[in-house]
Amino acid sequence: MLNVTNILIILFLPFINFLILGLGSRSIKQPVSGTIATVSLLLAAGLSLMIGYQYFIVKGMVNGAFPPIELFRYPWMVFGSKLTIDMSLVLDPLTVMMLVVVTSVSAMVHLFSLGYMKGEERYTTYYAFLGLFTFSMLGLLLAGNLFQIYIFWELVGVSSFLLIGYYFSKPSAVAAAKKAFIVTRFADLGFLIGILILSFYGETLDIATLIQRLTAPAGSQSLAIQTAGWLGISALTWGLAMIFIGGAGKSAMFPLHIWLPDAMEGPTPVSALIHAATMVVAGVYLVARLFPIFQLSACILDLITYTGIFSAFFAAIIACTQTDIKRVLAYSTMSQIGYMMFSLGIARPEDHYLGYMASLFHLFTHAFFKSLLFLGAGAVIHMIHSNEMNKMGGLRKFMPVTHITFLIACLAIAGIFPFAGFFSKEEILLATYHANFPVFVIALCTSGLTAFYMFRLYFSIFWGKHQAHDPHHSEGTFTMKFPLMLLMLCTLVAGFLPFSSWIFQGDTHETSHINWKFSLVPLSLSTLGILIAAYFFRKPSSRVADTLMWMGGIYRISKNKFYIDEIYLWITQRVLFPLVGKPAAWVDKNIIDGTVNGVGNFVGSIYYFIRGMQSGKLQDYLLYFLAGIAAWMVYFIYIWK
Amino acid sequence: MLVYEWLILKQEIFLSFLIVGILLLWLFRDISNETWIRIMNIFLFINILIGFTGFHYGKLFGDTFQSSPLILFEKVLLSFALWLISLFSYDWLRKMKNLPEFYLLLLTSLLGMYIMLSASNLLLFYLGLEMSTLPLAGAANFEFNSKKSSESAMKLVLSSAFSSAILLMGISWLYGMMGSLDYAVISTQIGHSPLAVLAFLFILSGFAFKISAVPFHLWTADVYQGAPVAVTAFLSVVSKSAVIMVMIPFLYQTFEEKIDVWYPALIMLALASVLVANLFAVQQINIKRLLAFSSIAQVGFLLIGLSAHTQTGATSVLFFLIIYLFSNLAAFGVVSVFSSEYGKEEIQQLSGLYSTHPFLSWVLALSLFSLAGIPPTAGFFGKFFLLLSGANKGNYWVIAIAAINMVISLYYYLRVVKTIFMNHPVSPMENKPLAFPVRLALVICLLGILVVGFLGGFYEHIFQLLNGIN
Repeated sequence: MLNVTNILIILFLPFINFLILGLGSRSIKQPVSGTIATVSLLLAAGLSLMIGYQYFIVKGMVNGAFPPIELFRYPWMVFGSKLTIDMSLVLDPLTVMMLVVVTSVSAMVHLFSLGYMKGEERYTTYYAFLGLFTFSMLGLLLAGNLFQIYIFWELVGVSSFLLIGYYFSKPSAVAAAKKAFIVTRFADLGFLIGILILSFYGETLDIATLIQRLTAPAGSQSLAIQTAGWLGISALTWGLAMIFIGGAGKSAMFPLHIWLPDAMEGPTPVSALIHAATMVVAGVYLVARLFPIFQLSACILDLITYTGIFSAFFAAIIACTQTDIKRVLAYSTMSQIGYMMFSLGIARPEDHYLGYMASLFHLFTHAFFKSLLFLGAGAVIHMIHSNEMNKMGGLRKFMPVTHITFLIACLAIAGIFPFAGFFSKEEILLATYHANFPVFVIALCTSGLTAFYMFRLYFSIFWGKHQAHDPHHSEGTFTMKFPLMLLMLCTLVAGFLPFSSWIFQGDTHETSHINWKFSLVPLSLSTLGILIAAYFFRKPSSRVADTLMWMGGIYRISKNKFYIDEIYLWITQRVLFPLVGKPAAWVDKNIIDGTVNGVGNFVGSIYYFIRGMQSGKLQDYLLYFLAGIAAWMVYFIYIWK
Repeated sequence: MLVYEWLILKQEIFLSFLIVGILLLWLFRDISNETWIRIMNIFLFINILIGFTGFHYGKLFGDTFQSSPLILFEKVLLSFALWLISLFSYDWLRKMKNLPEFYLLLLTSLLGMYIMLSASNLLLFYLGLEMSTLPLAGAANFEFNSKKSSESAMKLVLSSAFSSAILLMGISWLYGMMGSLDYAVISTQIGHSPLAVLAFLFILSGFAFKISAVPFHLWTADVYQGAPVAVTAFLSVVSKSAVIMVMIPFLYQTFEEKIDVWYPALIMLALASVLVANLFAVQQINIKRLLAFSSIAQVGFLLIGLSAHTQTGATSVLFFLIIYLFSNLAAFGVVSVFSSEYGKEEIQQLSGLYSTHPFLSWVLALSLFSLAGIPPTAGFFGKFFLLLSGANKGNYWVIAIAAINMVISLYYYLRVVKTIFMNHPVSPMENKPLAFPVRLALVICLLGILVVGFLGGFYEHIFQLLNGIN
């Protein structure tokens, strides 16, 4: 079962979908294309589940650990005498877990889209893009070396660009797609530099070898990377910081999160796939994958912790005030990923890396309940044809299935027993409590906020005043309801899995158990959050307005997402341009589209300075030629010895 | 000379016969353009095959002319590029009045490049360089009724004359110092006098001019814009590649002793090229000008790889040149179709191209992705290897600046892609079917863009060819 054929089948089924549907985007009509794609994804998900079963249960542990299995290795490029790049596929506990998550969520999204995207003009193309995305994500997970990871990492970026910009006739969708691509690509730049640094000192790109070389206390490579440095910081720290920037970009950590809310312009099932369970957790996956190396640098772990906790808290506050239901979910995703990040950051050997396990456990459970939330929101949007909360209300009678599943997902994310989120969040809080008390306090507050904004969302959609809408519109097809129910089942079950005995770091591990005394505080905070939300939003009243009046400024700041987009704009337009002395208006009009292209604007204004160089006059050109030589001569004869 | 020794010259001999043959055929027979193109495409293809007729290496003419597996390989690459250009320019060539002249000029230029590559003496090298440049000035003027075309030719010929003069001055100083222009003599006797540094810098500026590195690049945009697309493609792909191929042994062997001069000089050129070219490229509205600045930026990346002074660095440079060849020719191929069929060269005019020409749109988009270095197109692998080999000097800030510029370059490449796919068409273009040669050339380029990056064996083959380069 655990052989290369099965893995290749899982990996290439979505890719074959992409090829067939992409090439036949005009000839293959709906619903044929959707059915082909969905059936093959269900197949892949089934296979992944079997592989997970074989790996964790049948094969089991050897000497107290799950041995990584290298399925395939092919010498790809021999790069000089020292460095070779081998193409390889590796299965280890982390990969197997992610494989199950990605294929099953993707299969659910495929199934859901059958109903949701019905009647869309570019239906087949949509499924082709979904296939490409799933393929790239799986490739990223299975990759055995950093180079391969990077390729798929970028491919994930490209395919999410295509999916976010799916409604390309909407200018906002195009702008959002571009923003997502460029912001994450900017972060990827850090990743690339990080790879170059690590591979230069580690003399390999293979992850297992790299970890082994850099963690060997007296190895020549590990000594070299820790002694070499720049600006008083070791090369190791630089490399890891750069890699973390790459991960933070994909995982929408502050301040690289600005693309995520805009990316909600894509079709809702797409958000369920990429913004809940797959692409956005790629950063967490990356840090977890290289965790033994990250662990060598305490200051990077701190960086991860504080970035994570700040993002978690910050996003939770913003989520409380958004009125677009998808944006609420987007910020809540950012907040939950913040949890995963800081939990990785506080993992220490003293408590057997409890934080590491907790982070990945949360990743696992979050994937199910968050995609359930997104799909539920999709079902609501499908019915109402709007994303705005104030157009909804009283939907519980019209959409019973969506209502129940959404409620359970909300309870799960709020961390209420016995739903999946409770277990993973408890582990995170417990690990944080031991490692870093201030972070624990903030995490606790965030958890209360989470309960509040999720139930604000829930009550505004399903309770409150019933709005008039088309009574003929039903809740959606069976293919839309079925994934909701299946994911609800996962949300109910996932918490009870013996996760901690499957995925852990180090030699020994603690079995997880519920510590009721510890759970009391977070549970009561979450309940409080829910009650407050119920007080304000269950019935239409003036309570909300009164409180908002009272809160005043804080609410406005938060509602405007702390003005982060505005600050970016302000810095680029009011600070950068006057500094280089050129009117912002000129640049604005002439450059790309006047979106948040700060870099572009900056570049443009420098161009304005030097464009005189390209005057069109030959004599000027030759003058520059001579000046070039003269500059060289001065440099080499007088300055340089 | 023995027969075997003549075989060392087989590519040059074939090309010379081809040139004379065209001349004679043109004088004595009246042949239609279609037939000319067909004949020429076949002969250009045979010209590639000549490179595969066994290996004949050695030195000739008092050791001024040499051939090696590497040189053979490079010549094959250049001929391959010329063949592709001839294929995709089909529509333009068909309408031309003095078609054979075009082939005469480009083939003569190619012969010059062969000589330049094989030279192991500065004098012969100079002859080859001039022979490869002057015909191009004629070719750039081929749009007789366009003023821009004449301007382009004039600028090319005047500025190359200028750069040649400076190059020649450097060469003559070297001769004055050493009494010989053989590479072997130079590599051992150049010494460390300031005069030697000066002479070397003059020669290097000549190279920098030919590959249009900043600040010796100013002719590029005007010439590229004015010249017919086929000639622009030849200038930006074949000419540049030839000079960079020469630069590898030139810097690594002949002037190896001057590494303390050329390493900083290359880094300066590289950074200036990458930065300035990107700044200009962002603002261009004409796609040929955009590609001109893009090619300057690409040269910047090449120079970073070249500065590594290792076998790996040289391999990455050659590998990137091949990828650059495919990506750039694909882009020029599409531009050529629009320029000759619809007279469109501005980016804005390509709005909504996807709705009428999906195939051409995809080719152009993929080639631009490759130029921008987005995986999994070949361009990504090329740039990755260049940066990786550049990094081995430990100059991370150089790599960082270059990498940031990779992101900036994404803006202008993506802008074109966006115009094609997402804008609404301004004036819908009717969809004329593509001629077979054009389609063939574009498919070959497309395959190259998608496949070359994954061919590890190919990379190793080049690595082997470069054995003993430093």
